[in-house]
Amino acid sequence: MTTRIFGSGIRRREDPRLITGRASYTDDIKLPGMVHAAILRSPYAHATITSIDTSEAAGQPGVIAVYTGEDTDGVLNGLPCAWLIPNSDLKTPDHPAIAKDKVRYVGDAVAVVVAESRYQAEDALEFISVEYEPHDAVLNPKEATQDGAPQLHDDVPNNVAFTWAVAGGDAEAAFADADVTVSDTITLQRLIANPMEPRSAIAQWVSQTGDLTLWSTSQNPHIARFLTSVVTGVGEHKIRVIAPEVGGGFGSKIPFYADEAIAAFCSMQLGVPVKWTETRSENYLITTQGRDHIEEVEMAATSDGKITGLRTTVYAGLGAYLSTASPGVPTILHGLMYSGSYDIPNISGTVYGVFNNGTPVDAYRGAGRPEATMLIERLVDLMAAKLGMDAVEFRRMNLIPKFENGHDVATGLTYDSGDYHATLDICLNAADYSALREKQAKLREQGRYMGIGVSTYVEICGLGPSQVAGAVGFQGGLWESAIVRFHPTGKVNVMVGSSPHGQGEETTFAQIVAHEVGVDVDDVEIIHGDTDLTPMGWGTYGSRTTAVSGAAVTLATRKIKEKSKALAAHLLEAAAEDIEYEDGKFFVRGSPDQAKTIQDIALMANVAWDMPEGMEPGLEASAFYDPPNFTYPFGAHLAVVEVDPATGEIDLQKYYAVDDCGPQINPMIVEGQVHGGVVQGVGPALWEGVVYDDDGQLLTGTMLDYALPRADGFPDIHVQSNVTPSPHHPLGLKGVGEAGTIASTPTVYNAVMDALRPLGVTRIDMPFTPEKVWRAINSAQNGA
Amino acid sequence: MEGALACRFIVDKIAASDTLRLNGGAGHGRPDRQFTGRCNVKVPVEITINGKSYSGEVEARQLLVHFIREEVGLTGTKVGCDTSQCGSCTVKLDGAATKACTVLTVQASGSEVTTIEGLADGSDLHPLQEAFWNKHGLQCGFCTPGMIIAADELLRKNPSPSRSEIRHGLEGNICRCTGYQNIVLAVEDAARSMGGA
Repeated sequence: MTTRIFGSGIRRREDPRLITGRASYTDDIKLPGMVHAAILRSPYAHATITSIDTSEAAGQPGVIAVYTGEDTDGVLNGLPCAWLIPNSDLKTPDHPAIAKDKVRYVGDAVAVVVAESRYQAEDALEFISVEYEPHDAVLNPKEATQDGAPQLHDDVPNNVAFTWAVAGGDAEAAFADADVTVSDTITLQRLIANPMEPRSAIAQWVSQTGDLTLWSTSQNPHIARFLTSVVTGVGEHKIRVIAPEVGGGFGSKIPFYADEAIAAFCSMQLGVPVKWTETRSENYLITTQGRDHIEEVEMAATSDGKITGLRTTVYAGLGAYLSTASPGVPTILHGLMYSGSYDIPNISGTVYGVFNNGTPVDAYRGAGRPEATMLIERLVDLMAAKLGMDAVEFRRMNLIPKFENGHDVATGLTYDSGDYHATLDICLNAADYSALREKQAKLREQGRYMGIGVSTYVEICGLGPSQVAGAVGFQGGLWESAIVRFHPTGKVNVMVGSSPHGQGEETTFAQIVAHEVGVDVDDVEIIHGDTDLTPMGWGTYGSRTTAVSGAAVTLATRKIKEKSKALAAHLLEAAAEDIEYEDGKFFVRGSPDQAKTIQDIALMANVAWDMPEGMEPGLEASAFYDPPNFTYPFGAHLAVVEVDPATGEIDLQKYYAVDDCGPQINPMIVEGQVHGGVVQGVGPALWEGVVYDDDGQLLTGTMLDYALPRADGFPDIHVQSNVTPSPHHPLGLKGVGEAGTIASTPTVYNAVMDALRPLGVTRIDMPFTPEKVWRAINSAQNGA
Repeated sequence: MEGALACRFIVDKIAASDTLRLNGGAGHGRPDRQFTGRCNVKVPVEITINGKSYSGEVEARQLLVHFIREEVGLTGTKVGCDTSQCGSCTVKLDGAATKACTVLTVQASGSEVTTIEGLADGSDLHPLQEAFWNKHGLQCGFCTPGMIIAADELLRKNPSPSRSEIRHGLEGNICRCTGYQNIVLAVEDAARSMGGA
């Protein structure tokens, strides 16, 4: 029996199937009679469709059917947006699965071919003739709002989908009275999520029964079922969504896409299973991207270093249509986080959500919080420099002091618990900050440009209280549920509504059950990702699975324990209040030798030969956990870079991450989340970024052109942690999935700018490619 | 169309062969159309995969990764991109790590292929598989089969690599989850257990 399983870095039970190639991802599934769909996509970013002729394609070898928007019109409903933020004048233009009259980004679906094989389906796409009347396109989210810019949707003047504001305190007065102000314009370029598994869907419609089964690369199969019902009109009770093995998502597998709807449509037309799998290049065109912010920001402070105000105007590109959650990302998950880890009494921000002729933008790892942390941490560095203070000292003067049970910030949130000074101190000690500054000074004398970047962060996680979800316009709840079922042999199945896809909850949830009720961790199996097998849940994103779904598992297991105690009391002929529990055993106080094990209890409960009066048979419990508040993980990161002024190349030499996500169920998994998050956040600082040309053609259209982080770009990442439990969570957990990504972009950004400060460089747009850095150095040196 | 370049290559290569019947080329004045027709050519192949021989007729343009996944049904080998960047499809082709999206099935005819399913001896885990498990060298697992095969090649060429050599040796395989660090530790660990440094 394992007793200290909670907090132990045990190996993941997910891994044996994954390391041997036995796991089954959506595209690995082959159903009898299955046929293949390929989708014709608009080559124009903005055009009117004047004619489509599919007749020649229909006659190609293996082709079973060809459909266009004419066929889906009136059969499929438009793709819904599920986050209708209030008080924002939000416009929700129609988003047909297949475009009928107009295309609005390169990749917009125009027609679909269904054929016996995928090769045949793709071949036949070549034979569809589409005539377009192209229009001017606009990509820059600020330019898209200007008079005269190309208009994407007739009923959305100036392409402004919404205007949203956040305010706390009196920012106008703070800036009017400020001793010092700094300002900057920060561009957070579009990013491609790049889960290694491309998206895929198999739809199987059985007309005789009216059952629709959808295998889908989804982070949230229950939401996918709900939205499949909305779009296809099939009753929710007749839809089964299965997210089998899912190969990463990072937010891009949250939305409900046209492609799933099209696969369902094709299967419902043809009565055979239809598979669609995107190519990577197709993924780059159609699968939701992240960020796309232009942030005009300013900070006010007193001359002795106290931050007094923050103001922002943000243009957030949304792409051509609203994706499932897109309006909530640059607003609720962004603007409400403007205080960061600091006491900032006066905050005002305006966010314009803007349609542009690009791929729809939605949640991408961090979702709104990296965009907030970036602007705060950049302004903090700029302000420290302007005041002539060390960036760390300035942070220390403004960090929120330690709090254990609630701290209100000006944006209206109440952070749960935090010890921001502690994580910063641990980080600085690990890196030996003062020695680094000494080294930097020496190197500068030698004409070498080392930079030290620091960032703190706090993120809003554990989404979230359903009442708040409703208040901020999210068209769903944010609770999670779990069923814990003990079999007669004492083995356990746990069914959860969340849907992990790499985060390891099959292991950590088993650790929770083992911890709570003393079974062996290997006797617990976690079932997820199938709407027919699992209770309702809202999915895996926003670092919420362990925090919310894990709490449901905890509470359900505690119900098991309570029932077990009552049954043990009956079997031991004692009063329930005299029963003690220790390490999987129930016994009368003082008589541990006469214990009933949890396995004894499970057997008796299941055979039910000798139950107390009124007790139901079985040992099964379900729990629904609706969080009373969000959780607020936090931390401090530090990076050391050296820039070669002759080439503009950046060498990332050291990286220190100190994160506080509350107690850790499995520290090995926590570390892995931090490693991956850090690398994913360094990507946009140094290499990653979507590039469109003026016509809206995607220039970074393949993995050859879009620079993803590779193994050789990194030193070993030094990871440490601190533990500040959340006061409102049954296990104190906060969540860790996005921490690294939120912190590392500003950390490396600040490090590079710190390196370049003596050269007079004040601003470069990410990513910091050698060419951009070299040009910035040269123009600063030449006074240009 | 990912088969296009490969198709042009193979059509050129086999055009002279009278064992092949080119049934395309109906010609609609557009090169693509002529080209598509020719791609339907079926070619006999025989490939040994994980010690078992598979034979059949495949389209000349078919990529080896599609033969392995679709025809043979070994789906451990993954398709993560269409430009040979990601390395998810890495297999051993006659002993050498090869991205199976860069090879036509017909080119691999007569060759021996080892996929992730055949890497280990029987039901035991290969030391690299064991090390990836022990060191948490995977999260979603999609890149893992290709990563392990690539790491196997790395250790074959350099049984005692430094961390830096491991990082450089794996730069042809992309992982989006792990940040690579635990992969590096896993390969280092496997090197030790396989008798390297």
